[in-house]
This record gives sequence, C-alpha cells and structure tokens, in this order.
Amino acid sequence: MKTKKLINDGAAAADEMLVGVLAAHPNHLRAIEGSPRSIVAKHGPRAGKVGLVIGGGSGHEPSFLGFVGKGLADAAAVGNVFASPPPDPIIECAKAVNNGAGVLFAYGNYAGDVMNFDMAAEMLTMDDIEVRTVLTTDDVASAPIDQRDRRRGVAGNVFVFKAAGAACDLMYSLDEVERVARWANDRTYTMGVALAPCSLPQTLKPNFQLGDDEMEIGMGIHGEPGVARGPLKPADQVTTELLDRILGEMQPKQGDRVAVLINSLGSTPLMELYIIMRKVKMTLDTLGVDIHLSLVGNYCTSLEMAGASITLMHLDDELQRLIDHPCDCAMFRSGEVL
Amino acid sequence: MTTITADDLKSLIALIAQAMTRERDRLCELDGAIGDADHGIAMELGFSAAAKATAELDPATADPTLVFNTAAKAFLNAVGASSGPLYATGLMRAGAAVKGKPSLTADDMVAAFAAIAKGIQDRGKAEVGEKTMVDAWTPAAAACQAAREQGMPLEECFSAALAAAEAGMLATKDMVATKGRSSRLGERALGHVDPGAASATVIVACFHGFFSSQP
Repeated sequence: MKTKKLINDGAAAADEMLVGVLAAHPNHLRAIEGSPRSIVAKHGPRAGKVGLVIGGGSGHEPSFLGFVGKGLADAAAVGNVFASPPPDPIIECAKAVNNGAGVLFAYGNYAGDVMNFDMAAEMLTMDDIEVRTVLTTDDVASAPIDQRDRRRGVAGNVFVFKAAGAACDLMYSLDEVERVARWANDRTYTMGVALAPCSLPQTLKPNFQLGDDEMEIGMGIHGEPGVARGPLKPADQVTTELLDRILGEMQPKQGDRVAVLINSLGSTPLMELYIIMRKVKMTLDTLGVDIHLSLVGNYCTSLEMAGASITLMHLDDELQRLIDHPCDCAMFRSGEVL
Repeated sequence: MTTITADDLKSLIALIAQAMTRERDRLCELDGAIGDADHGIAMELGFSAAAKATAELDPATADPTLVFNTAAKAFLNAVGASSGPLYATGLMRAGAAVKGKPSLTADDMVAAFAAIAKGIQDRGKAEVGEKTMVDAWTPAAAACQAAREQGMPLEECFSAALAAAEAGMLATKDMVATKGRSSRLGERALGHVDPGAASATVIVACFHGFFSSQP
C-alpha cells in the first residue's frame, strides 16, 4: 500500500522544499550561490563572531534549517531525506560564516553525519579555518548512560543549538562556545514514543510496521527500532514512562529549574502534545522542579511519523541565560529581538 | 580480458548502477528491519550519479584514476549519508592505487578492488564482525587477492570474491552491530542481514558478472 503525500517527485522533494523555504523567509535566509544545500542566516554572521554550523538530513523540519537566524545557528547544511549532507555544502556553510573566530559544528550523533562533517572539517583545516565539533547525544533510549557518547541526537538538539547560538551571539570565544555546547548537551535528555510510521518520499512505503493498537518507546527519528514495544496506553501513563527514564538520569532536586520541550514527531497534533505537557507539569510540580521555559510543537520531526518526544534540559544560571537570549530564526524565535 | 581500459571501468560502474536500481527496494526493506529504510535509495542515487558523471568523461583523455575519482566525487555529492563517505573513500583509494596507468592489468584491477575495501574500512573504522559492509568487502578483497596470487584469471578471482562476500553477508545475520544506525539495537539486530553488506555483495557480483562476460 502506498502512502499519500503532496509532492511532485520523491527524488526532488528536498530541493523543492528548499526553494519554498527561501521564498517564504527571504528576511532570514539565503542560499549560497552554486551551493543550494547550504542555507545561511541573513543577519547573524559578523566580524569576530564564532560561526555555528548545524545540519543533517532533511525530513526533520523545522530541524535544521528552521533554526538558522540571528542568535541561533549561522548556517545549516541540508542532506537528502534522513541522510547526512555531503562535505561540500558543509564546507560552503563554514566558509560563509567564518569571520576569523572559528566555526563550531553541532549536529546529531549519527555515523553518516560524523563522517561527512569530519571530512568537511579536515578540508577546512587545510584552508586554515579552525573547526570544532560537538555531537548531540540527548536520546536516552539509544544507549545506556555509561555509553552516553554512543547516544543519538534528537529533539534536544534545539536546546543545545540554542545555548551554543546564544554564546556565539554574545561573542564568546571558540573555546567557550564549545564548552557551552558540550555542557548544554550533557544536561539535556530526550525520550520519545512512536505510534505510527513515516514513509520516505522516494518509496511511499511505511518504513516500519507497528500494529493498530501498538506503540514503541524509544524509536529513533528515522524509524530505528526503539527499546520497548507494547499496547498503546493513555497519555498520562506514556508520559510517566518517558519522564521516569529522563528524571532517573537527571536526578533533579527540589527547586531545580528545567526547560521542557514537547515535540511532535510529525503528525501528532498540538492537542496531544498539550495533554503530555499537562502531565509533565503535574509531575514536576510534585517534585518541586520549576519549569523555566516550555516549547510545545514541531521541532524535530520524522516526516509524518505519529508520536512525540519529551526533552528536559537541566538548567543552571549560565544555561538559563543562554536559553533566554533572544533569537530570530525562520521557524523559531524567542526573547526580545533587538 | 588482460587489459582493462577506462571505458571498461565506466561500463562496470554503469552495470553497478543498474543493479542498484534493480535491488533498491530489497535493500530498503533489509534496512527497514534494523535501520532507517533508505539504504537502497542512497546506493541507487550514488551509483547513478557515478555512472552519469563517468559516462560524460572524454574517452580520449580519461584514465582509470580519473574514472575512479570522478565516480567518488559524484557519489559523495549525490548522497552524503554514511554510504557517501565510505564509497567515495574506497573509490578514491582505487584511483590512487592505479595512478598514472593508462590501462589496467589483471593485477592492477585486483589491487584497485582491494583498495576499495581498504578505503571503506579505514573511513568507517569498522572491523570484520561488527555487522557492516566491511563484513562483505574485507573477505571479498582477501579472497580476490589470494586467487590472483595463485595465478587465477580475473573471472576466477571475482568468483572467489563473490563467494566470500556472500558468506560474509550471511554471517552478519548472527552479529550484534556496533556501528551505524543499527548499533543501538544490541541483540535485537540479530537474525537480520546487514543492508550495507548486502549492497556490497551486489557490487562484488557486478565485478564478477562483468569479468565473466568478457572474452
């Protein structure tokens, strides 16, 4: 059975989307001449500022290109659906946002992304552009805590990129931006649940099978199998199951502050996300943990996959300041933008 | 076939591209069981781009190294993903292995084939037994070289390579992955053939088919 999509040609979907994105956000974004898969912030890169380059496969919109703008990422390299961009567009992004202070690459920990970004970094080093890399590893389900460096980066990207982008905007040095990004990643935890599969535009076939009454905890944002499959339960029970894993690792104390992200994997509507938010708030209230900031909506999606993820970032004063710092991106803005 | 020209290599790459189009959906299904279901798409896209770019090379000036390097760059720029850097590195290593040669002998061809396998292994930092394409490529290269050292013709060399690749691919069923998308699955990936090893075997079969059909 084929899935239904409003596309013209599966193979052209990513490129046609980019044309539309640029048409929709001319005040925020531009493409690099001759490198259409490199999306750069119109206002952001400037003399002496560290350049933040993010990126990854398409199909996760608004990740990653939606977070390009002043106060957040300076550029995003866009890959095919669910596939890392090759080194070339990454290199073009880095060159476009390098202003002598160096460039930070921040992206999710996937083998393909690591190889392509690493190749780009090697080539940029030959051009005397200093590049550092921070991999996001917020997906609690994807490896045990003692193997944190093997974990995938998922929706928690948003908080890590936000903190790093704020540090860049505040003219931190490359050392400091890198430190902040690592610290932000260390303090960010995500757990997700999938209810129904997505399908790739090229195949129009569901990329995994899940029974009508089933859910899968911990499924990856490309449909990688998760940690537990079982009958679909009410939202409160699922939320508790996800949150317990996160809080078990985070170990917040009474009076601690967190930033919360309730993320739709694509087709799960705001109604269900707010029902999850309700239970998250109730649980954190019981623990005496303060929600400093909450984001609810589509942040890191998997095409039309149904399901949601919960992300908590364990704030301290520094992370709170960076999370509160204004940013103005094509698909996300926060704080007072000057 | 004692002399392999740049045109022969272009034909071989075109043959691989056709095979990937044919095998695309099967490779996606294998990937869907343990990964993100797009491996067949990446391989089709990569080799189609490689075949197109190499077909456009000027036959008067293209040497084997240029064919390999052109294929590498086209594959990488079309795909990215994880297969992009892996196959681009492998193909560039093949180009480096036969640098300066206007055409290839059977020994050169085997050396280029082994260089692909070595390049993939170096870029991916994977070892045999980790449930990746290396489980097909590395034994295939070893078998190919061993056959050549015994003086076998290319047809026999790639016949041995294909048998080793198939055995390596099937062995991935019983492996726990430590690299790539399926590495977080642990034992849940048991029982599934690695899609990268499966596509590698398709490529080795193309080498075998190509050199078997030559006079």
